[in-house]
Amino acid sequence: MKTHLLFNLFATFLLADGLNIEDSAGQFFSSGHTNNWAVLVCTSRFWFNYRHVANTLSVYRSVKRLGIPDSHIVLMLADDMACNHRNPKPATVFSHKNMELNVYGDDVEVDYRGYEVTVENFLRVLTGRLPPSTPRSKRLLSDDRSNILIYLTGHGGNGFLKFQDSEEISNVELADAFEQMWQKRRYNELLFIIDTCQGASMYERFYSPNLMALASSQVGEDSLSHQPDLAIGVHLMDRYTFYLLEFLEDIHPASKANMNDLFKVCPKSQCVSTPGHRTDLFLRDPGSVLITDFFGSVRKVEITTEAIDLTEPIKEVEERPANGDVHKEMHSYVDQLPVSEIIHQKPKQKDWHPPDGFILGLWTLILLVFFQTYGIKHLRHIF
Amino acid sequence: MAAYRCSSPVWLFILCSFSVFIIAGSEETPVAQEQHANVPDNPQTAAETAEQTEKETGGAEERRWEGTEVRDAATQKQAEPVVLQSTPRPKDDFQEELVVRPLHSGDIYASFQFRTLWETDFMRGNKVSHYRLFPKSLGQVISKFSVRELHISFTQGYWRTMQWGQPYLPSPPGAELWVWFQDSVTDVDATWKELTNVLSGIFCASLNFIDSTNTVQPSASFKPLGIGNVTDHRFLRYATLPREIVCTENLTPWKKLLPCGSKAGLAVLLKSEKLFHSSFHSQAVHIRPVCQDWQCKTTSWELRQTLNVVFDLHNSGQGKREWSLFKMFSRTLTEACPLASSSKIYIDITDNPEGEHFELSPATSLLSQAMVLGDRRTFSVYDLTQQDTFGSVRSLNLLIRWKSTEGDMLRPLLHAERYVAGYGLQTGEIHTLMYNNHPYRSFPVLLLDSVPWYLRLYIHTLTVTSKGKDNKPSYIHYQPSKDRVRPHLLEMLVQLPPNSVTEVTVQFERALLKWTEYTPDPNHGFYVGSSVISSLVPSTVAMDTNSTQERPLFSSFFPCKEESSYFVRVYTEPLLVNLPTPDFSMPYNVICLTCTVVAVGYGSLYNLLTRSFQIEEPSPGLAKRIANVIRKMRGVPPL
Repeated sequence: MKTHLLFNLFATFLLADGLNIEDSAGQFFSSGHTNNWAVLVCTSRFWFNYRHVANTLSVYRSVKRLGIPDSHIVLMLADDMACNHRNPKPATVFSHKNMELNVYGDDVEVDYRGYEVTVENFLRVLTGRLPPSTPRSKRLLSDDRSNILIYLTGHGGNGFLKFQDSEEISNVELADAFEQMWQKRRYNELLFIIDTCQGASMYERFYSPNLMALASSQVGEDSLSHQPDLAIGVHLMDRYTFYLLEFLEDIHPASKANMNDLFKVCPKSQCVSTPGHRTDLFLRDPGSVLITDFFGSVRKVEITTEAIDLTEPIKEVEERPANGDVHKEMHSYVDQLPVSEIIHQKPKQKDWHPPDGFILGLWTLILLVFFQTYGIKHLRHIF
Repeated sequence: MAAYRCSSPVWLFILCSFSVFIIAGSEETPVAQEQHANVPDNPQTAAETAEQTEKETGGAEERRWEGTEVRDAATQKQAEPVVLQSTPRPKDDFQEELVVRPLHSGDIYASFQFRTLWETDFMRGNKVSHYRLFPKSLGQVISKFSVRELHISFTQGYWRTMQWGQPYLPSPPGAELWVWFQDSVTDVDATWKELTNVLSGIFCASLNFIDSTNTVQPSASFKPLGIGNVTDHRFLRYATLPREIVCTENLTPWKKLLPCGSKAGLAVLLKSEKLFHSSFHSQAVHIRPVCQDWQCKTTSWELRQTLNVVFDLHNSGQGKREWSLFKMFSRTLTEACPLASSSKIYIDITDNPEGEHFELSPATSLLSQAMVLGDRRTFSVYDLTQQDTFGSVRSLNLLIRWKSTEGDMLRPLLHAERYVAGYGLQTGEIHTLMYNNHPYRSFPVLLLDSVPWYLRLYIHTLTVTSKGKDNKPSYIHYQPSKDRVRPHLLEMLVQLPPNSVTEVTVQFERALLKWTEYTPDPNHGFYVGSSVISSLVPSTVAMDTNSTQERPLFSSFFPCKEESSYFVRVYTEPLLVNLPTPDFSMPYNVICLTCTVVAVGYGSLYNLLTRSFQIEEPSPGLAKRIANVIRKMRGVPPL
């Protein structure tokens, strides 16, 4: 009797648990993405553009804090501010004046830096068309279940964004790059944030589905910087990203804040410019999209009830020493500066290449003149 | 009936629990034995005794393991006898050390070295898959690219030889990479290109800018630092990026290669905010095959990670001549790395034998002498593997306090400088000066110069003079540059006379680059990499030539073949030259000017030619217009 009761209780518990698993499995697949990527780009060079690097590093810091690992972040900084010789506090980049918050941190990994941040490299990272020897940390290895966050900052204008003061990317190119990504199924949903002057012009031309875009100012408006620090001597952050950082500091991985809260960041009273956003290409309702869908990397855990047998011991293969190797020759270090050897060194054999260019033309001329003068049939008298 | 039915499950239960108890009891002892066997591995103070105890416990374990096997043959599979022998002696070893040398200018020089030795063969057929102390990323790089030796360094700042003496490990400003490949590599250039790309990903540096325009193949310099007998320079590649910035993003992956990371041992001192606020900071990775023991019959792979930093008296020291670990690194030490077999701190007290110049606290009785840089130096040693080093506060904060500021520095025997002379943006002259400060001995130096193609050297103007007279080099190797393909390579073996300055001058002409080849900030200038001067400098004391491994790490980097001299490498400053830079705003200005000229000039002319004039009545006033409208309605002609 008791065993029957126990059995019934056990069975109902299993059933209830099973229902719970199905429910959570359903929730697992509703948001549509399984991994998160972030591409954070600062496009400005020179010390007085310190704020753009600080902008990008603030977003990097928030994204890392909310769970996206370094292997899934492609960070591109066009110039080095932290170890710049004009920085009074080396290895730091501050976002708040009086040196309150060091956004550079102790654990930063920059993937593209300095002269590597070009329009070509940026588009290649997005579309995945990189040379085969590019290391993994420099690639955007996203798939069709990836949510990607793209953040751009720098100097821009109506329809373009300036890279390193020498080239530009236009909004048409950017829209085409996103379309390439869509056709190659390189993203599930994409959030595009841009903090430049006239930033809204950069997302005007988007036409691929599942794109949501935010900009710090409308066409015809300038995005303004926030506050200077008198010890460092430059403006530390741009207004939009400053208030975005403040908003993101309140988000934690289990937060349920959604995109509508993000659209309210930095109203005109704080930002002076009017931030804009674009959601018409996005399939889901922005109110149902969590902030952590893009800024964090929330891993959903699926609990399984099967047991896995781990009792079999792992056998370490013992390396058998090679037999017959009793008499090994004595190795020695190489002489670092063998003067006599160097003086008597023979010139190294260069590989023979067939003559090209001028030499070839000269010899052809000589041969032509020779044959012209002497004729072919007279040659046997000469040779 | 019920009682009968109840008793049999009770007996079953008792039997089950008893068998479970037996199994649990027998399984405990092998686990305990294994743990006990692992503990003597880690700080190997006496290798032999540790090995013996290991074998004993391993043997006991073996016996006990076989005992349980007999009982539980049904549940456990037969294990092979090979595996059941004593736990294999770990083939890798990790040592860490820190050398602190107070400099005469009041600055302080700290040099960290972390060495991992691993007896394995990457080049054999079976792939290495179990990495313990050796980092997996570098192991895969070695085996994939058939690397025999790899030396990479990132440096910020320039080493001032005249003020600071010679460094333990020299490095040029920027990034430097030189690699010896195995002779099984068929296409060295393609392998080199792939290797630089992979390393740029590992170290977060833009090493992918290394290509054929800044890679050279030295013919006599940069002989391998590890063991080997073949030195065919076809397998050597050397490149330097003088513009490369070093910052926390290079330190982070470097720290991740250490077995203990930056969590324990000496690496906890490596905080970027203090390390980069210094006059000189250099971090390097050196991989080479070395002898395992003094007999040198087998080789093992050595990975050395070194970090040299010089803290400035006024910047980090706040002007006070008193240095401590906390002041330098903003951290103190609490423990050695548990995976390290030795973890030591050496303080150079050669200039302070009686304690008259500076005072060291906490005091230590361990002293050690080492032959380094041609001199016998005395060091106070702190052994971090001993618990009593940390004292009762469980943390070690070394303090060096100066009492007097006397004492002068020995002038370094070899020193070099380089600068660009000339004026204008067309021509110039590179001067390299090499100083031999030895009073009566002369020694040979090998000078390696790699100049980019856009400075067109005129080698017929090359002069080498010492003490005013011409000094003919005994060996010259010159490879001319090819535009946009190859840089210049100049190698010379020069004998420096005693107590003299040797000057090497060569004239050059600056090339005009194509407008797409300029960097985004071309007015900064273009860098020319440092010259490398390799030399065997006569030493004041007899150097130690047998390559045993009991020497401290900082004295065993360069192999020593003869007793009377030691090998030293000196790097000069990199040069910064301005190339003729076009005005990049020119296209914009031209378009504005042309459009203005077209609009004003051609536009006016066009109007004059094609405009036709018509006579038009002035429009009448309002009253007349209303009157005209009424007249039109009446059908009467207007006014």
